[in-house]
Amino acid sequence: MSQSYRLESGGKIDRAKPLSFTFNGKSYGGYQGDTLASALIANGVKLVGRSFKYHRPRGFLSAGSDEPNAVVQLEEGAYTDPNTRATVVELYDGLKAASQNCWPSVNHDVGEINSLFARFLPAGFYYKTFMWPPKLWMWYEERIRHAAGMGVSPMESDPDKYENLYTHCDVLIAGGGPAGLAAALTAGRTGARVIIADEQDQMGGALLSSHDEIDGKPAMVWVEETLAELATMPEVRILPRTTVTGYYDYNWLTALEKVTDHKGPGNGGDSVRQRFWKIRAKQVVLATGAIERPLVFAENDRPGIMMASAVRTYINRYGVLPGKEILVFANNDSGYLTAIDAIKAGARVYVADVRANPQGDLVKQAEALGVKIYRNTAITGTRGRKAVTGAEVMELNEDGTDVVGSHYSIDCDIIAMAGGWNPTVHLFSQSRGKLRWDEAATMFVPKEGVAINPSRSVGCCNGTMNLGAVLAEGLGAGVRAARDAGFGDGSAPEAPTATIVAEEPVRAMWEVPCHGHKKKFHEFQNDSTSADLQLATREGMLSVEHTKRYTTTGMGTDQGKTSNVTGLGIMAAAQNRGIPAVGTTTFRPPYTPQAFGAITGQNRRELFEQNRTTSMQPWHESHGAVFEDVGDWKRPWYFPKPGESMHDAVQRECKATRDGVGIMDASTLGKIDIQGPDSLQLLEMLYTNAWAKLGIGRCRYGVMLNEHGMIFDDGVTTRLGENHFHMTTTTGGAARVMGWLEEWLQTEWPDMQVYCTSVTEQWAVATISGPRARALLSELTDIDLDVDSLPFMGMTEGNVAGVPARVYRISFTGEVAFEINVPQAHGLHLWETLMALGEKYDICPYGTETMHVLRAEKGFIIVGQDTDGTCTPMDVGMDWIVSKKKEDFLGKRSFSRSDNIKGNRKELVGLLTEDPKIVLPEGAHIAAETDPKPAMGKYTKAAGHVTSSYMTPNITGPDGEGRSIALAVLRNGQSRHGETITVPLMDGRMVKALVTEPIFFDKEGERTRG
Amino acid sequence: MLTIKCPWCGDRDLTEFAAGGEGHIARPLEPATQSDAEWGDYIYTRKNTKGIHYERWMHAQGCRRWFNAVRDTVSDEFLAFYKTGEPAPKVEGDGS
Ligand SMILES: [Zn+2]
Repeated sequence: MSQSYRLESGGKIDRAKPLSFTFNGKSYGGYQGDTLASALIANGVKLVGRSFKYHRPRGFLSAGSDEPNAVVQLEEGAYTDPNTRATVVELYDGLKAASQNCWPSVNHDVGEINSLFARFLPAGFYYKTFMWPPKLWMWYEERIRHAAGMGVSPMESDPDKYENLYTHCDVLIAGGGPAGLAAALTAGRTGARVIIADEQDQMGGALLSSHDEIDGKPAMVWVEETLAELATMPEVRILPRTTVTGYYDYNWLTALEKVTDHKGPGNGGDSVRQRFWKIRAKQVVLATGAIERPLVFAENDRPGIMMASAVRTYINRYGVLPGKEILVFANNDSGYLTAIDAIKAGARVYVADVRANPQGDLVKQAEALGVKIYRNTAITGTRGRKAVTGAEVMELNEDGTDVVGSHYSIDCDIIAMAGGWNPTVHLFSQSRGKLRWDEAATMFVPKEGVAINPSRSVGCCNGTMNLGAVLAEGLGAGVRAARDAGFGDGSAPEAPTATIVAEEPVRAMWEVPCHGHKKKFHEFQNDSTSADLQLATREGMLSVEHTKRYTTTGMGTDQGKTSNVTGLGIMAAAQNRGIPAVGTTTFRPPYTPQAFGAITGQNRRELFEQNRTTSMQPWHESHGAVFEDVGDWKRPWYFPKPGESMHDAVQRECKATRDGVGIMDASTLGKIDIQGPDSLQLLEMLYTNAWAKLGIGRCRYGVMLNEHGMIFDDGVTTRLGENHFHMTTTTGGAARVMGWLEEWLQTEWPDMQVYCTSVTEQWAVATISGPRARALLSELTDIDLDVDSLPFMGMTEGNVAGVPARVYRISFTGEVAFEINVPQAHGLHLWETLMALGEKYDICPYGTETMHVLRAEKGFIIVGQDTDGTCTPMDVGMDWIVSKKKEDFLGKRSFSRSDNIKGNRKELVGLLTEDPKIVLPEGAHIAAETDPKPAMGKYTKAAGHVTSSYMTPNITGPDGEGRSIALAVLRNGQSRHGETITVPLMDGRMVKALVTEPIFFDKEGERTRG
Repeated sequence: MLTIKCPWCGDRDLTEFAAGGEGHIARPLEPATQSDAEWGDYIYTRKNTKGIHYERWMHAQGCRRWFNAVRDTVSDEFLAFYKTGEPAPKVEGDGS
């Protein structure tokens, strides 16, 4: 097995545990503790994928979550995961990965031709090229998406399990490097409940990749000791492999824990794959470190051009020396740490430093080890097609704006960029904290947070780069955060001593000069170059947010973690103003990509949304009901017999109910029990009609209005006693009406003594309807069903099918109907008894569709279908329900508002199409005027629309067969009965229909009362 | 996500609550005597405050009680919570 770039020893990998994996179908070896990236680099793989726009060959830039280039398709089939950063994938045995954004293969990519046309693909090319004609945009977009496509989504359902977990803590610490661990230590010692989370598989942060010392010992010893002490604290929770991804108001943070990703697909056992944490923290400590930034020089995107800190991580943490000849390109001292570690590991090392004459401690150490240093020098070009093979360097002029003299060529297989550091202020910014530009350090650092999100930034994310100071800051923040959460007195222990090196200042050089037109990338994933930013400026994009969208800078899966500040620097120079004046783009959650599966957690399928079912549900299911969702309820929609279409079933149910007896499960209707001495007074305010004279055991229909005078619910309310009422509401409006009652009682009429209780689920309701309903019911009840004893709109109590029941004689079908209410537990028994006894009456179970048809025949509205929040009772022809005598009820005053009395209102009408077989689509518009050949640009106004429309067997057309009926709202409709209107359909047909009053069946209502 | 302190139940997540808009808008005692403009104000006109806002909340997934809060709509900081019927507390920075 050739891991020719693996060092003989060193690194935090377990060489006793070799692993094998495949990349683009080829087998490789690695070790436990590797990432996919470190293992590929150990095997000499440099070319990983292709860039987004130009399809240029790309390799590894970083060793962490900031990686823009090395995004791969991980695994296959249902387990496949697109756009995965190879630098954060922990290697496991059998791992399969593949390049993405290349076709047919990463080595031979057809899209690379884009590179040849690069000058035709400038910034904003989407907007400039694909503007017109609009119809072609769809075509273009599809082509662009294909060419620019990132990974491929899985086509199968996700086989993994995920969960959401909610928790509270006193101190949440984001980041497990030296600053975070120090804070956890002192916060934990106070007894506060502490959570410390870090995205890596082990704590230590940058110390995992360094040779730093703390108290004279290797820094990792301090890490081990700290973790050992934290392990003894019962209130401290350590979460490795957990990225704090979002920082929301009132210190509510989200974190994504990758629980079993590192074991490989299907190897997680019973565990969830990922856990999505929702954490409410009294105090937050941000210890998120810093991200190194690249240098924007000519041809800086070839595979093998990496971040200097990443090279160091591969050497020290993974025991991999990424190249044999390494050229470090630096504008600050930190690049020399890489040079020193690389030359010690056996590489030939050069440094090109843009600073005039660097002489810091690290520079001298490197020089003493034999590193060749080119001072005041810039890289002006690179060589190598699929991997870098060399660089060209030139001397800089005095102010660093140009290069002068002749150029040298340096052979190298790695270029390590050390362009300075960006504190990872993402979470702080998400918390709405304000940033400050530190000109000397050339970095944005936290300035001040907001009161509702108390946090402290410590260590590198606060711009504190020296290890000793980092530890002191962490220790101090830990105790102070604990104190502010109510633990301890806030006094910090003395900080341990740590490695100190004297560093010289960074030399900011946002764009490195060169001769000629060469691409200088500042944003690798989206192929955004310094020239793109400059073009954007020339074309008037001054706002950073505009430039971002114009150039797509920072819009990739890495969200511009490496590119952000360099981009601002180039924009600032182009706009001739300072970086603070350009400003920053907004950092948004999540910090790193998170799978929808994790966010969804356990809320899938039946747990996604509750299904409310009635006690009669088992019968419906076993008799083939087709269900529809009404609110959260599953209601039988229709009951098809074998071979029947929906149309067939509904026509049969409609006819059977009118001719014999139908039965419907009405349990879902909202029911509210209202008691108390002021109940009547409440009803008088809620409803438009008068209630005082309603006798005990009598029912009355009412509509409820909002204060705008518009209908928002309806239902029948029954007086059970002097101060006791049973209110029903629409199925979907039950909770809304309950809330309405509570709101008025609590906020406006707190002195009313009324108690409202939702009893929707206490009662199961079977409604039997039709000319044979009374005969059926009389067989199984002791209640006298005679019309004089139980008249229409009456209620009585008794026994039905051997169980106590309330029987209401109310009807939504226009037939003699009984709503039989029994305690919920008896619902199925009631239904089954009715079905068994009903057999000889040809009883027909029907669903909501038939209910809709039958009530439409009678012109009974469905609130929310025939009304839409702009309908008064008068608009729907219910003048009769509005009391003229009552001084006040909710909405009354609005009837006389100018807009409501100016006329020309949409009013409920019936429609009968000229062709009785055409069922108008619900929602179809009624044209005010029609012109068979309207001129272009001439539009006809809608005069209304169809609200309900059905085919029914109960209304016959000229041919003696069933016909269509519709309800509609039409301008001035009540005075237009007899007119013919036109309904233009989407398919071009113009359907003529007769306007009628909104009732089609038994207009006198004789059947109902019988 | 906001933390809201129900005067009856204590600190709870925003997701347990329903927002009820601007507070201290009393229903006119005699609607019939209201002019169109006055009635229109009652049902439609709201301050849409940038800054200190007196508003109503209901603990929908909890005790289902309505109560009032004072919130800075810029910072989203809650400055006070109080029960329905209690007078509005005066808070610092209230320009109304
Ligand atoms: Zn409460």
